[in-house]
Amino acid sequence: MTVNELAKLIDARLLNGAAGENEVKCGYACDLLSWVMAHGSDGMAWITVQTHMNVIAVASLHEMSCVIIPEGIAVEQEVLDKAAEEGIAVLGTQLDAYRICGKMAEAGVGAA
Amino acid sequence: MSILKEEFNVAKMDFVTAGEASAQIKRILKKLGVDAGVVRRLSIACYEAEINLVIHSDGGTLSLEVNPDDVVLISKDIGPGIPDIELAMSEGYSTASDDVRMMGFGAGMGLANMARNADKFRIESKVGEGTLIEMIFNLKQEA
Ligand SMILES: Nc1ncnc2c1ncn2[C@@H]1O[C@H](COP(=O)(O)OP(=O)(O)O)[C@@H](O)[C@H]1O
Ligand SMILES: [Mg+2]
Repeated sequence: MTVNELAKLIDARLLNGAAGENEVKCGYACDLLSWVMAHGSDGMAWITVQTHMNVIAVASLHEMSCVIIPEGIAVEQEVLDKAAEEGIAVLGTQLDAYRICGKMAEAGVGAA
Repeated sequence: MSILKEEFNVAKMDFVTAGEASAQIKRILKKLGVDAGVVRRLSIACYEAEINLVIHSDGGTLSLEVNPDDVVLISKDIGPGIPDIELAMSEGYSTASDDVRMMGFGAGMGLANMARNADKFRIESKVGEGTLIEMIFNLKQEA
């Protein structure tokens, strides 16, 4: 599915208005950057509560499709712009990581 | 003879630009047409080295050397050095501060990730002097 389709599935907004047509290949949830660095892959939709610039660096190095920020956590404009520049979508939803994973798994998005 | 040599400065505790050098190195390698699997492994190792320079060192450099048969990546800093390399290499060990951990760094997997992703990994460190990490990535399949 595309990021736009994923957004609909998890009641999310495309916070940076970018890369909505990226293809989502798999899902992952983790807040430790080294861990994600070790296990990330291209097209991944990554759920994290971290919102600083380095999240985009990690997502970009792995050519992920999108970063999903749960529980309505705010993301700074600078970070959103950087993600747009790197071709990575940033989704924001009120759902928590557990519910997001549940919905994604139910819709057939696999693990990494 | 090397095809390309580049050096990047990495500043202590600069979280805004942290990751920029790795991103640039990745772009260079992709442009040169280096095998995607090698670029991926190198990017992971490079990012870990860069973050370590930011969160643990007093500042340093990442240097990239692309040769016909391999890519050499060197991380070199001006201190403080690592007292027990074996301990530092063990997964889960980290001296990162709570502030840095709050940002998702300090999982204690960086050095192990580097060693796992590089074809050759060498680390040298002296307390009070600094740390040098050399990683080699083969471009050609070994016979
Ligand atoms: N460049 C460096 N200078 C000084 N100490 C370092 C450096 N790189 C790593 N270390 C030490 O080795 C430990 C383990 O590093 P690493 O495996 O990358 O885990 P982490 O960065 O998550 O702490 C660090 O916590 C730190 O004590
Ligand atoms: Mg580290």
